[in-house]
Amino acid sequence: MAPGPDLNVTVAIKSFRNGEPIFRDFNVAIAAGSVTAILGPSGIGKSTLLRLIAGIDPVFEGSILIDGTQAKLSPPPGFVFQDPRLLPWLTAFDNVQTAGQEMSGNEARAALARTGMIDSADLFPHQLSGGMQRRVALARAMALNSGLLLLDEPFVSLDRELVEEMHDVLSTLLDQSAPTTLLVTHIAEDAARLADRVLLLAGRPATIVADIALPTPRRQRTASVLENYIALIGASAQRS
Amino acid sequence: MVLAHRLFPTPLAVGSEIVDLAQNANLLPDLGKTLFRAGAAFLCAMALGTALGICLGRLPALDRLLSSWLLVGLNLPAIVVAIVLYIWLGLTEIALISAVVINKLPLVAATIREGVRGFSADYDELGRAMRWSFTRRLRLIFVPQLVPFILAAARTGLSLIWKIVLVFEVLGSDGGVGYRVSLMFQFFDITGILAYTTAFILVVLCFEYAVLRPVERRVLRWRPAPI
Repeated sequence: MAPGPDLNVTVAIKSFRNGEPIFRDFNVAIAAGSVTAILGPSGIGKSTLLRLIAGIDPVFEGSILIDGTQAKLSPPPGFVFQDPRLLPWLTAFDNVQTAGQEMSGNEARAALARTGMIDSADLFPHQLSGGMQRRVALARAMALNSGLLLLDEPFVSLDRELVEEMHDVLSTLLDQSAPTTLLVTHIAEDAARLADRVLLLAGRPATIVADIALPTPRRQRTASVLENYIALIGASAQRS
Repeated sequence: MVLAHRLFPTPLAVGSEIVDLAQNANLLPDLGKTLFRAGAAFLCAMALGTALGICLGRLPALDRLLSSWLLVGLNLPAIVVAIVLYIWLGLTEIALISAVVINKLPLVAATIREGVRGFSADYDELGRAMRWSFTRRLRLIFVPQLVPFILAAARTGLSLIWKIVLVFEVLGSDGGVGYRVSLMFQFFDITGILAYTTAFILVVLCFEYAVLRPVERRVLRWRPAPI
């Protein structure tokens, strides 16, 4: 994946269908190649924010600036949904290859290899475990090679062991290619392990109530540092 | 063998009658005619029914407008359609095939409509996130979701078509399995009737095992095996 761009998100207004605003005069700048975790209670608008950035939901007033321009990112941002959302009629390989308009077989295989899924390339999603499906979904998002990676609660409903495995896979991928990454999660530990910066959202319309920078590089965070940050993020979340 | 009787011919007698009818009579041309009619009606009904079903599934306003008519079509007695079309169009090939199509089309449309209604919004969202073009979405998302319903419509529709084509041939045609069976009925030629029926069933089974099942296995191989 190419090194990531700067991202500048401005949402003048974004409302629910009933007219209630989710975001109003919301601004956030994300540094190129950084990993930013977005935490907040359910329904606060975390996933909506990712959908606005990805262009899945274009109905809002505001702008998404990528490296200072409003042009659509091409290829599109890699998006990992809460569920793996693999197409069940395609093999793991085909699922990854569908990501890009003209992705070669070698590129798709390389993406699967990076997530440790090359041996399962010819299997259909129903033949893969939950963790393996997530890895394929991650490979598909990374294979787009757009420099922008959007992760919407990618570890939800995985057991702790699989989450740790996914942390390792993701951490390695982020170290290798440094995409600008937004990670939506409600688990402080995910944020403390993977992110360089944590944004806490609260209120309606949602605002950033805490902006916590974490020490870098990620790999050198010791267990006690992690514990401290997990406690800090948890406490900030409770206060908000 | 013990029960051999004019009204209960043995399988051997039926078998030799099939050979005789194929060599010295019209079994093969009759089968050909019936298969042509069934095939033409099947293709028309599937094409029109699939198009209509997709429109009904995607356009709620059109569905509201036509759903009552679809219900009428589903419950319209097949024989009435055939008689009316024979009166309007004469005892023609077009009338027979149209009557079959009109009988079959609502079933295909209703099956496909349910399939389209069940399309996953999640995959739509995935397509938008990947910025897939319409044709790519069609190929990667819509068609694969529709295929099981098309196959279901094909199988149920085909079984219906085999039956009603024969009934309509009895009612008015110049050949075909149904026509020939109706002639044999007039002479109480039960061996001939069973010979025609058996030959017809063999063709249907060949189609099932040589065409439908391999196609189904191939296009639905991604589905988990039933437990």
